[in-house]
Amino acid sequence: MPYPEEMIAPMRSELTDNGVKELRTADQAKAWLESNKDKTAMFVVNSVCGCAAGAARPGILLSLENEVKPDAVATGFAGNDTESVSYIRSLVPQAPPSSPSVYIFKQGKPVAYVPRHVFEGGHPESVAGHLQREYEKHCTKVG
Amino acid sequence: MGTFHSDKGALHGITVVVRTKAGPVFVGRCDTVTPHGVYLKDAQRHADGDDGKSIDEFLQAAVQWGHWPKLPAVEIPAGDVIEVVRLTELAR
Repeated sequence: MPYPEEMIAPMRSELTDNGVKELRTADQAKAWLESNKDKTAMFVVNSVCGCAAGAARPGILLSLENEVKPDAVATGFAGNDTESVSYIRSLVPQAPPSSPSVYIFKQGKPVAYVPRHVFEGGHPESVAGHLQREYEKHCTKVG
Repeated sequence: MGTFHSDKGALHGITVVVRTKAGPVFVGRCDTVTPHGVYLKDAQRHADGDDGKSIDEFLQAAVQWGHWPKLPAVEIPAGDVIEVVRLTELAR
């Protein structure tokens, strides 16, 4: 059962108001990956979870202040944007469903995955540091 | 960053590993730790050799990918618990 939209709207907008593209359907997710197939692309599975997502969202935004970062960043909300989230998850079948979580694709292929437990009980700074280490491994774009 | 349930303890909502005297390990979201035991939600149990994996191999896979929530809720009696640690502490 999806969460009430009015409840999650501020959690969506925390990312989308800061340049993160929202993808709600599988077709949107496929098209987004296709349009970034020559680049690095990061998909954020957003979540209501206060234990993890409360640090994940600001941490993700903080991480994007890094010089090296993904070319494109998109998001879907777990439990609500089930189509886009399921499609992205299907590309990394060894990863159990987890939210919040982060997938990084390079040239259309998954190269990094950050599950929920990395975010739990953390701070935005620790989340950003973890993600920035992944960016340094996989991304080339200089902001 | 805390949780919304400050009465449940520091590990509430955190994914932990519970090592047991009986051998198997459990990975799951900690609900509470009491004198009676450790209560996990959305947990997975692994005994050495399950699915062809040692306990160490299972835990390293859980660190990298997360765990499969096969048990909606489980209680591990206090007398069987060796230690409770955050899954992230096992990252190499």
